Amino acid sequence: MHKIWLIIQREYTTRVKNKRFLLVTFLMPLLIIGLIFGSAYLSTKGTEHRKIAVIDPNGYIKTSLKNTSQIDFEFPDNVDTTNYGSKGYTDILILPKFDSKQKSNYILRSKKSMGLMMQNSISEKINSAIEDQMLQEAGIRQNVLDSIHKASQYAELKAYEDKGNASKESNAGLAMGIGYASGFLIYLTLFIYGTMVMRGVMEEKTNRIAEVIISSVKPFELMLGKIIGIGAVGLTQFALWIILITSLTSFGMHFLPTDIQNQVTTLQQSNGQMGAAGMGQASETAMRIYNMQHTISTANWPLIIGCFVFYFLGGYLFYSALFAAVGSVVNEDPQDAQSLVFPITMPIIISYLITNMVTQNPNTPLAFWASMIPLSSPMVMMARVAYGVPSAVTYWELALSMSLLIGGFLFTTWLSGKIYRTGILMYGKKVNWKTMIKWAFTKQF
Amino acid sequence: MDTILSLQHLKKYYATQKAVDDISFDIQKGSIFGLLGPNGAGKTTLLRMITGIFYPDEGQIILDGQPFKPSEDIAKIGYMPEERGMYKKMKIGEQALYLAQLKGLSKAEATERIVYWFKKLEMESWWNKKVEDLSKGMSQKLQFVITVLHEPKLIILDEPFSGLDPLNANLIKDEIYGLAKKGATIIFSTHRMEQVEEICDHIVLVNLGKKILDGSVAEVKQMFKENIFAIETKHLENIIDNPIYTIIRKENNKVYVKINEGHDSNQVLSHFIENKHEIVSYNELLPSLNDIFIKLVESTHATTRAFQNS
Repeated sequence: MHKIWLIIQREYTTRVKNKRFLLVTFLMPLLIIGLIFGSAYLSTKGTEHRKIAVIDPNGYIKTSLKNTSQIDFEFPDNVDTTNYGSKGYTDILILPKFDSKQKSNYILRSKKSMGLMMQNSISEKINSAIEDQMLQEAGIRQNVLDSIHKASQYAELKAYEDKGNASKESNAGLAMGIGYASGFLIYLTLFIYGTMVMRGVMEEKTNRIAEVIISSVKPFELMLGKIIGIGAVGLTQFALWIILITSLTSFGMHFLPTDIQNQVTTLQQSNGQMGAAGMGQASETAMRIYNMQHTISTANWPLIIGCFVFYFLGGYLFYSALFAAVGSVVNEDPQDAQSLVFPITMPIIISYLITNMVTQNPNTPLAFWASMIPLSSPMVMMARVAYGVPSAVTYWELALSMSLLIGGFLFTTWLSGKIYRTGILMYGKKVNWKTMIKWAFTKQF
Repeated sequence: MDTILSLQHLKKYYATQKAVDDISFDIQKGSIFGLLGPNGAGKTTLLRMITGIFYPDEGQIILDGQPFKPSEDIAKIGYMPEERGMYKKMKIGEQALYLAQLKGLSKAEATERIVYWFKKLEMESWWNKKVEDLSKGMSQKLQFVITVLHEPKLIILDEPFSGLDPLNANLIKDEIYGLAKKGATIIFSTHRMEQVEEICDHIVLVNLGKKILDGSVAEVKQMFKENIFAIETKHLENIIDNPIYTIIRKENNKVYVKINEGHDSNQVLSHFIENKHEIVSYNELLPSLNDIFIKLVESTHATTRAFQNS
C-alpha cells in the first residue's frame, strides 16, 4: 500500500506542477466566461436594423402595427416595388385587400435577404395587428385591449413537482442545461484523462522504466497508481474550476450599478416580489439577474454535484483502465495506439450522442437502458439525474446504475490488469484486441 | 562459501517456445557471476524470474536459504535491466529518490545515500537536471547508482558497460569489485566475453532455454583446452613433426604445437631441450571464452546473429 501511495504521489505532483496544467486550469474558466459574455455582447451589437415600407391599401393595420427594436414600419405614399430602395427603405411589404373570411398572403420584397427570426417576427407583428384590428371592430376599446396585452405578459408557467406532501419548483430548461453541461464535461474529461493515462503508460513502456519499477512493485500496483493519480489530477482541476467560476461571477456582480445590486438584494429578500415598501419597480436587468439566480437555486445541487463526482470517477475508472491496457501493448509506433483505441472511443462518442437526446427526454426506454449500462451510464445518467431524483430517476434505478458502474470498473480494471502485465514487458510484437483478450483469460507469467 | 541463490529445475514455457527449460545452478555469496548466452537464449526470462517479475511454471528459487517470496525479497535485489530507461522529464534527484523509495527506503535514508553516491561518482551537479539532458553513458551511471542504492544483497546487471567510455567503465567496474568485496553478490549478464574473463569468477552459459555450461572461468578454460602450446625459440627451421606433438603453425619465432594423445607438456619440453633448441618462452594456449562461446552456441544451432565481440 505504501508503494502505491508513492506512485500516486508521483503521478499527481508531476502533472499538477506542470505549467500546462496550470495554464489550462486557469485559462479555461476565463475562456468559457469570455465566450458566454462575448457572444451575448455580439448578439446585441450585431443585429441589423430594417426600415420597411408598408403598402396597406385600406389602411387596415396602420394604427395597430407596432414597431420593434429592430424593425421600423412606415406607411409612406408614392413608394412602390421599383423605388423603395432609392427612398431609403430596406424592404417593402405589400398587404392585400384584407378579408377576414379567408387566408391571404402578404408579400415582402427585400434588397437584402432576411433571416428566419426576423421574418417570423414580422409575421407575428402583422397577425397580432390584424387580431387587434378585428377585436376593435368587434367593439373592444383600445384601453381594454392594452390592459389585456399587459396582463398576458405577466403570466408565466411555473411547474412544480409533488413529492409526498412537499412540492418543489421544477425547471425543465435548467435540467436540460445541467444534464447537457455535465454530460459534455464527463465526455470531455474521459477523453482528456483517458488519453493521459494511455500516454503515461506508453511513456513508461517506451522509456523502459516499466521494467525497473516492476522489479520493485507489482504491475497492477503501477497501473492502479497511475490511474488513481491522474484521476486525482482531474478532481483537482474540477474543484479549481468550480472555485474560480463562482468567485469570478460573484466578483463580476460587484461591477453592477449599486441600484441594481440593491434591487437584486430586495428581490431576494422578498422572494421575487417588489414590495410596496416604496422602492418602485425593479429594473429589467435586476429582474433578470434575480430570475437567473432563483432558477439556479431550484436545482438540487448537492445531489447533482455528488452524482457528478461519482459518475465522473466511475466513468473515468471504467475507461482509463482500458486506455491503460492499450498503452501497455503499444510499441514505439503511436499509429498502433490509434487503431487499438478506436473500440474504446467509439462507445464514448455514442454515449455522448445518446446524452444529447436524453437531455430533452429523460424517460424513454433508450434513456433507461443507456443509463444502466456502464459503457454509457456516466454521461446518460447525469442527463437524467438533472431532472430530479426520484421524480425522473427512481432511487432503485440510481442505485442499480451506480452498482453496475462499480461492477463495470472493477471488471475493466481486472481485465486491463491482466493485459497490462503481459503487455508492459512485451516488445516488438504487434498486438490486436483479440490477442489482448486472450492474454486476459489465459494464465500468463 | 555460502550459497546466496539457488535455482532448482526452473521452467518457464511460453505458448510458442520453451524460454527456460529445466535450469539449475547455485551462486556463491560475494561472487561475481556471469550469465552468458546468445540473444533469445532465455537469459532475460531467467533474470525476470529471479527478480520476481515472472513466476516460474515449475521449479524453485532459494534466496539466502529461504524460498523466494517476491513481495518481501524484492528489497534484497537490485536489478538493472538491459534496456534501461528513466522518466525523461523528471529531475534526476527526484527520480533517484522515487525509485529508492519504491524499493522501501525512507525518504531521509534515500536522500543520504543518493548524496553519498552522487559525490562518489562525481554526479553532484546533476541533481536538478533532467534525464533528457544526459548522455547515454551518463544515464547509465545514474542507472547503476539507482540499482545499488538500497544496498541489495544480490545485484543483477544486464550489460552494464554498454555505452560507457573506458574511464567510466573502469569507474563502474571498481564499484562492482568494491560491492562484491563488501559481500554483495553480482550477477552479470553480457555478450562481451573479454569483460567476463576479466571480471567473473563463475559462469553459466545458457542456450535455447537450457544450461550448456557451468563452472569457474579457469575450470571452463581447462575443460575446453586443446593441449596447444606456444614455444618461442631462436630458430624455427629444423623443428618438424614427431610422435609427441603436431605442428599447427609457425610465426614470429613461435611454433604452435598440439600435444598428441598419450603425451604431456614435459615431454615436449624435454624433446626441445634434447634437440638443443634454445627456448625463450613456453606457454599453454587456453581457449578464450569467446571461442568457447561460439563453439558451444554454434553446436546447439542457435542464432549468433547479434553476438558481438568488439
